[in-house]
Amino acid sequence: CLLFLFFFQSLNMGRGTRKRDEDSGTEVGEGTDEWSQSKTTVRPPDQLELTDAELKEEFTRILTANNPHAPQNIVRYSFKEGTYKLIGFVNQLAVHFSQVGNLIPKDSDEGRRQNYRDEMAAGSQESVKVVLSDTENLEEDEEPKEAEAEAEAEAEAETGSQIDVPTVEAVETVPEEELMTPRQPKERKLTNKFNFSERASQTFNNLLRDRDCQMEPPPRTNFSATANQWEIYDAYMEELEKQEKTKEKEKAKTPVAKKSGKMAMRKLTSMESQSDDITKVTQAAKIVERMVNQNTYDDVAQDFKYYEDAADEYRDQEGTLLPLWKFQNDKAKHLAVTALCWNPKYKDLFAVGHGSYDFMKQSRGMLLLYSMKNPSFPEYTFSSDSGIMCLDMHMDHPYLVVVGHYDGNVAIYNLKKPQTQPSFRSTAKSGKHTDPVWQVKWEKYDDMDHNLNFFSVSSDGRIVSWTLVKSELVHTDVIKLKVEGSTTEVPEGLQLHTVGCGTAFDFHKEINYMFLVGTEEGKIYKCSKSYSSQFLDTYDAHNMAVDAVTWNPYHAKVFMSCSSDWTVKIWDHTIKTPMFIYDLNSAVGDVAWSPYSSTVFAAVTTDGKAHVFDLAVNKYEAICNQPVVAKKKNKITHVQFNPIYPIIIIGDDRGHVTCLKLSPNLRKMPKEKKGQEVQKGPAVEIAKLDKLLNLVREVKT
Amino acid sequence: MGETEGKKDEADYKRLQTFPLVRHSDMPEEMRVETMELCVTACEKFSNNNESAAKMIKETMDKKFGSSWHVVIGEGFGFEITHEVKNLLYLYFGGTLAVCVWKCS
Repeated sequence: CLLFLFFFQSLNMGRGTRKRDEDSGTEVGEGTDEWSQSKTTVRPPDQLELTDAELKEEFTRILTANNPHAPQNIVRYSFKEGTYKLIGFVNQLAVHFSQVGNLIPKDSDEGRRQNYRDEMAAGSQESVKVVLSDTENLEEDEEPKEAEAEAEAEAEAETGSQIDVPTVEAVETVPEEELMTPRQPKERKLTNKFNFSERASQTFNNLLRDRDCQMEPPPRTNFSATANQWEIYDAYMEELEKQEKTKEKEKAKTPVAKKSGKMAMRKLTSMESQSDDITKVTQAAKIVERMVNQNTYDDVAQDFKYYEDAADEYRDQEGTLLPLWKFQNDKAKHLAVTALCWNPKYKDLFAVGHGSYDFMKQSRGMLLLYSMKNPSFPEYTFSSDSGIMCLDMHMDHPYLVVVGHYDGNVAIYNLKKPQTQPSFRSTAKSGKHTDPVWQVKWEKYDDMDHNLNFFSVSSDGRIVSWTLVKSELVHTDVIKLKVEGSTTEVPEGLQLHTVGCGTAFDFHKEINYMFLVGTEEGKIYKCSKSYSSQFLDTYDAHNMAVDAVTWNPYHAKVFMSCSSDWTVKIWDHTIKTPMFIYDLNSAVGDVAWSPYSSTVFAAVTTDGKAHVFDLAVNKYEAICNQPVVAKKKNKITHVQFNPIYPIIIIGDDRGHVTCLKLSPNLRKMPKEKKGQEVQKGPAVEIAKLDKLLNLVREVKT
Repeated sequence: MGETEGKKDEADYKRLQTFPLVRHSDMPEEMRVETMELCVTACEKFSNNNESAAKMIKETMDKKFGSSWHVVIGEGFGFEITHEVKNLLYLYFGGTLAVCVWKCS
C-alpha cells in the first residue's frame, strides 16, 4: 500500500490557491523558457480585475510542516503531577486523501503469495471455475490459502502491516484485487489497473449437423517381390542379351551386313521356307479342291467321256446337245460373257472375257480362266476397270492372253506371272483405240525380229497391229476403214471420209497378208496388210452389224459371217454373193466352224438357242436347234468348239458359261463302206465342202 | 588374370547397367515414364544415401500425383504391399538398386 500525504499551508488561502492555479504553467515558462514560447494568457471570464499596483504586490507564501489547524493549546490532566498541563507536542499530521493501490511489488511477501496462489489455481482449478467464481468465494478461497501459507510469511505480513496505516481500509479493495488477479494470463504479467478494461459478449453457437456418405474405396491389389543383388544382376544380364539380339536382328535385316551374313542367310532361308510352306499348302489345297470337284461332278465327267445319245440312231439326221458343266463366278455376276477362247495347249482350259454389250450399262470387266477339271472356281482371275470385249490366246505361248477393252485399250495378261495387273497395256499415248475394241487376234507368225504381235479392230475404224518390243507395245495402223462412196470433197481439196466401224476380223489361214473385216454397216472388206488405203474386195454382206466373220478351217476359200440381221452367210471369197444364207429368226451373236469337219458349224442366237449345222447332212436347215440357257431372258453371246473334244462352250449375258456335248449325229463322219478304208484328213474335208459349193455355184451360174 | 577379368567384367557391368530396368509396373505409360525419370534423378542425386533419395521421390510423387506415396529403395529387401491399382512401379537401377514406388492411402 502506498500512502500519499500532502500538506499545504498558505497565508492567504482564498486568493492564493486561485493565483497559483492560474499561473503555475506560465510562471515556470517565464522563468526558464521565455524564448521558446510566446506568452498566451487564458483568462477565465470571472477573473478579478486588478490594478497594476495590486498585481505587482508581492505575497509571500511559506510552505511549512506545521498544521495550521492543529490545536495549539491542548491541556490534559497529568495524574503524575496532579494538575492540568499544557501539552507542547501536537501531532501535525492531517490526512487529506487516501487511496489504496492494487499494485504489489513482486518481491514483497504479498506479491510472492499472490504468485503462489495463481500457480495453484492454474494447476488445480479449471479456468472456467475461476472466471465464474464470486468475489466472496474468492475471499473464502483466499483465507484458507492464506492459512495454508507458511507461518513465517504470515508473521512477517502481520508485522509488515504495522507500517501500513490504512490496513482496515484496504480490506475493501481486496475483492477487486482478488477478482482481477486470477483472470490474468498465466505468464504473470500484471495488468495495468489504470487503463485495463475487459469486455465480453456471448454469441450463438452454430448448430452442428452430421452428414456422411459411403463410397467405394479405390481398388487395390497386392504386390510382392524380393530384391537382392543376384536377382538384379540376372535381370540386367537378361535385358542386355535381349538388346544384343535385337541389334543382331537389325544387322541381319540390312543386306550390307557381312559378318553376320551367314546368320542372316539362314534367317532369310527360313523366312523363304515359311513362305514356301504357304504355297505348299495352296498346292495341297488345290489338289483337294480338284478331288472334291471330281467327286461332286463325277456323273458329269462320266457323261463327258462316255455318254453317247443312243436315240440319235433313230432320229436320223438330227442331233442334240447334252449340257455338262456350268461355269459361273460370283465376282462376274451380271457381267455378260463377251469372249470365249480355248487354250491351244491345255485342252481343258478356256478363257472367258466378261464385260457388257449394253452401251448404257458399262461397268468393270473380268478375265476368268476355267478348267473343266474344276467347274466350281476359275483357275485365274483378273479384274479390270473397263469391260473386256474380246480376247485371244497365243498359239505358241499359251500363257499370253490378249484382251480388248471397251475403253479402247488392249492389254496382255501373262498367266505365268502372279500379278493381277496386265503385263502390257496400251495407253492413250501409245495409240489406243478411241472406241471399243471388238476383236483381237494374235498373229500366227512373229515378225522378222521375232517379236510377238497381234491385231485389233475397233469401232473407230482402225485396224492396228501391235508389236511387243521388249517391255512395251508398239502400234502400227494397218488400215483405216472408209465407207465407200462416202468421201466428200471440201473446197480446199481435202477429202473427208466417213469411217467404217470394224466389229470383227479374221486372218486367212493360208494367205498370210489377207484378212476379212466385218463392219457395223454390214459390209465385209477383204483387206491386205500391205495396202492400207485400198480394199481387195467388198461384200455387201448384211443389213446390220456383222457380229463375227471366220474362215473355214479346211477350205481356204470359204468364210462365214453372221449378223444381228438374223442371218448367217457362207461365202466364197472370190464370189461377191453368199453361197448359203440361213435365217435363224433372231439376232445371231456368234458362229464357229467345227474343228473336226469342214461342213459343221454352230451359231448362237439371242433368243437363247444354239444351232448346229452340218451342210453335208442338211444344206437347208440346222440339224440341231436347241434352247440351251434356262431363261428366255438370257441371251447367248458366244460359242466356241473345243479343239479336240466333241463339246462346245456357250456364254450368255448373265455371265454363265455352259458346256455342252455334241451328240453323235452332230459329228457324224462319212459312213464306212465295206472293204473301203475311210479317208481322213484335210483333203477329204475340202473335197466334201467343194462338192457342196459346186452345187450352189452351178445353180448360180 | 582371372581376377583382372573379373574386375573388368564388373566395371563393364557397372558401366552398362546404368539404365533403369522396370520389373513391374501397372502405371499408365505417361506416369510410368515420369516416375522412372524421377527415380533415376533421385538415385543419381543421392547416390550414397538411399534414404534421401526415397524421401525425394516420395515427396515429389506426393506433389505430382496426390498424397500417400511410399518408396522403398535398397540393395536387398523383400516386400509384400497393398497398393492402389495403376499406382505401382518396381524397377532396378544402376545395377545394384531396387526401387519400389507405390501409392496407398
